[in-house]
Amino acid sequence: MTNTTAAPAPDRQAAPAPLPSPDFRDLPRLIALMTGAEKHAPAAHSTLDALWVLYNRVLRVTPATVDDPGRDRFLLSKGHGPMAYYAVLAAHGFFDKALLPGFGSYDSPLGHHPDRLLVPGAEIGSGSLGHGLPLAVGTVLGLRAQGLTDPRVWVLIGDAELDEGSNHEAIAHAGPAGLEQLHTLVIDNASATHGWPGGIASRFASAGWDAVTVDGRDHEALYEAFTTPHPGRPLAVVARVEPKN
Amino acid sequence: MDTMRDRFISTASQLLDEEPRLAVVLADISADGFAPARRTHPDRVINVGIREQLLVGAGAGMALTGMRPIVHTFASFLVERPFEQVKLDFGHQDVGGILVSAAGSYDWPAGGFTHMAPGDVALLDTLDGWTVHVPGHPDEAEALLREAVGGDDRVYVRLSLQENREARPVSGGSGFSVVREGRRGTVIAVGPMLDNVLAATEGLDVTVLYATTVRPFDAVGVRRAAGAAATADVVVVEPYLAGTSSAVAGEALLNLPHRVLGLGVGRAELRRYGQMEEHLTAHGLDPRGLRERITGFLRP
Repeated sequence: MTNTTAAPAPDRQAAPAPLPSPDFRDLPRLIALMTGAEKHAPAAHSTLDALWVLYNRVLRVTPATVDDPGRDRFLLSKGHGPMAYYAVLAAHGFFDKALLPGFGSYDSPLGHHPDRLLVPGAEIGSGSLGHGLPLAVGTVLGLRAQGLTDPRVWVLIGDAELDEGSNHEAIAHAGPAGLEQLHTLVIDNASATHGWPGGIASRFASAGWDAVTVDGRDHEALYEAFTTPHPGRPLAVVARVEPKN
Repeated sequence: MDTMRDRFISTASQLLDEEPRLAVVLADISADGFAPARRTHPDRVINVGIREQLLVGAGAGMALTGMRPIVHTFASFLVERPFEQVKLDFGHQDVGGILVSAAGSYDWPAGGFTHMAPGDVALLDTLDGWTVHVPGHPDEAEALLREAVGGDDRVYVRLSLQENREARPVSGGSGFSVVREGRRGTVIAVGPMLDNVLAATEGLDVTVLYATTVRPFDAVGVRRAAGAAATADVVVVEPYLAGTSSAVAGEALLNLPHRVLGLGVGRAELRRYGQMEEHLTAHGLDPRGLRERITGFLRP
């Protein structure tokens, strides 16, 4: 079972400002601050629901614990189209919502691909596809080497990003290595040029992962999948959303 | 006598016992050598299999958690094949780590061009913040590795089967050392090229500098040596792609009238097998070839 992360850890110094109460219904407005257009409904953002459920109910990380060695890590590997990610981070108080309208401008920390040195709460910079999953494998290995077996590591990739061979190097290693702390969320909007005959989950399952496929818009189904026990094995959650085309 | 790679394995294995932050990440190469250390430190000696993108990415991921990773395989598969991982997973993420390569430019000539990486240092030159060590002896490799393990920066250690007869005291921070002094010019010998450079310049009135840490480049030392000679004529002899350091040498000499000759491995594929000595001769890096080109460059 996982903890919610609505409140900052009370024992932190420099008492951070009280967090706004995050509200999923606020996200379209936050995204519109970046896109400048209300026409981009949440459904246009394939990652939005899964990101929300992760940050709101699953990940044990808050603005006060972004440097805590024991925090859960979320690595956005599919860095393209990060508006939903920024909106969810801002909604949870990782940075000021006032930064959102500057999206993509010279002085803004919020680029069209995130940079971990610029975005509070971002664990990695991404944009070039296929880097997040190997980095996540290394993060789990690094935590384990320090005896930190409690933190969970999540990485989000896209079904088209899965084309990159580096992912398959990581998938093939993480299963046999039994990296239980590793979790891969695949957002599947059927955008891979050649598709995945036989399904995406089967690629993970055949490499020794636990793998489940769920409706990527159903918050309860996502939550259930994200919190499925998977002793001794990494977990892949394939979240299917509307096809891109 | 152990090779630099043997010494790397024994030194890193020992350092794993002493330094809890240290990890070694492998892609099958040298896995046998690290087997005892892996038994003692199963969580800090990781072999990902023959997967070099994962090798570099996983090493960088460990660094994200505060570990000090040593990432090791042959130079071709460490720097060239996963170059974007080196660029982004270490550089763009702004984490430190130690890349230790073996086989270099011509260590296994019978293996052919697939196992030669003369362009590795030139590739790293396109990136910011990499320290590059090119030791010329196992003792030097050990000293530079120990130094690198104590730091937090990005370090490339280029090991080779070619080595000098004697070790010299080396340190990343101490700059190039003066081996000989002369008036007609300055010859910079990088790592394992020193013995051949000394043989080639025997009886010539030139300064010989010895360089094991080539990035950052010791501009002050080169300026000092070149400025003390009659003319700022500088030859760089490197065991990798010819001319790799010509640009940084030129920048070091910007305020002096100067000429720079870059000697090293030729760009053209030899498509020959054979022995290392044959390849050194083919690239003009044997004492005779070096002497011919150095005397041809220097003014009478």
